[in-house]
Amino acid sequence: MTSRPASDAETQMRALFLRGLDGDAVAYQAFLVRLGAHLRAFLSRRLYGWPDDVEDVVQECLLAMHNVRHTYQPDQPLTAWAHAIARHKLIDVLRAKSAREALHDPLDDEAALFAESQTQAGDARRDLDGLLETLPEKQRAPIRCVKLQGLSVAETARITGLSESAVKVGIHRGLKALARLVGAAA
Amino acid sequence: MKTEDLIGLLAADAVPVQRNAARRRLWLALAGGLPLAGAVMALLGYGVREDLAQVAAAPMFWMKLLFPALVCTAALVTLQRLARPGVRAGFAWLGIASPVLLLWALAAAALAEAPAELRPALVLGQTWRTCSASIVVIALPVFAAVFAALSTLAPTRPAAAGACAGLVASSAGAAVYALHCPELAAPFLAVWYVLGMAVPAAAGALLGPRLLRW
Repeated sequence: MTSRPASDAETQMRALFLRGLDGDAVAYQAFLVRLGAHLRAFLSRRLYGWPDDVEDVVQECLLAMHNVRHTYQPDQPLTAWAHAIARHKLIDVLRAKSAREALHDPLDDEAALFAESQTQAGDARRDLDGLLETLPEKQRAPIRCVKLQGLSVAETARITGLSESAVKVGIHRGLKALARLVGAAA
Repeated sequence: MKTEDLIGLLAADAVPVQRNAARRRLWLALAGGLPLAGAVMALLGYGVREDLAQVAAAPMFWMKLLFPALVCTAALVTLQRLARPGVRAGFAWLGIASPVLLLWALAAAALAEAPAELRPALVLGQTWRTCSASIVVIALPVFAAVFAALSTLAPTRPAAAGACAGLVASSAGAAVYALHCPELAAPFLAVWYVLGMAVPAAAGALLGPRLLRW
């Protein structure tokens, strides 16, 4: 690793992410919003031929990073970790689009990920809601309540009649399943 | 689904995560797989050498255990790096290569010293037909355990990670097999142990891109 001075974005986002890893949902959400903006700018540049796909890949990256967040270790620059995942997903997407496109590496310096940011979300083309419908009820119900009505886990538990831990497990497993479905649909 | 909705959903799943998950899970897989490897060896009808107490005085016996153990540790350390996005394997490969090169150097020296008519016996021993295949079979439980652990992590180079996982398994299998193996010549190890350890590594390289998608 080069000993470049850490950028402000790196320092701030890393602090939020580490709190998120300890279970702080508010910090984690703030982190994801900023990460999403960075991903959007980063991916827009590299998917300029397919602007409609950008938001899909942003979502795919966010979902993937969430599901493997236990592979981040604090001794590593966050941008290197996030960049490697974005790159991994982007290569998958490009490979699916055209074998030729994947031949030349479309990516550059890992610091480029946090260098720019775009907060204006485009429209997702692939509908995650559609994929959500294919999940088993135990996962779908908690995800719907938390996502659509913005309910807390406790409220969702009351409405669905599930225990709080069942709601959490349902969301957790549902997000894993969703990432697999997204991968299969790509 | 809007991205902000997805983010809300992800934040709702912000349970505290295990630190050092890659290191912990891969060590656990090895630790859990080793006794099973021993069980497979017993199923094959291979017991631990009966003369273990006497043979324990022979440096080559320890060499035979130490060589796969060193490769296994180095492969596991390398794998812990390959399992985490954005971490380069770097010089971790050297830890895997150096025990092999050292063994080859020892074997070459032993062959050079020996009279020409004894050389084939040093290489073939009595068990060359079964040695490599036995190592592969004994390695299977560790192979499955390490791949299962690896699939919960995030290797961005699945072929390299798969090869490394195969090598962790096969060198663990070789270390277990060494407790039974009657051979004590470096040239024998340099050929048949290395072959038995290379096959699962190659299988891992082929399976990695298929089994380690995420």
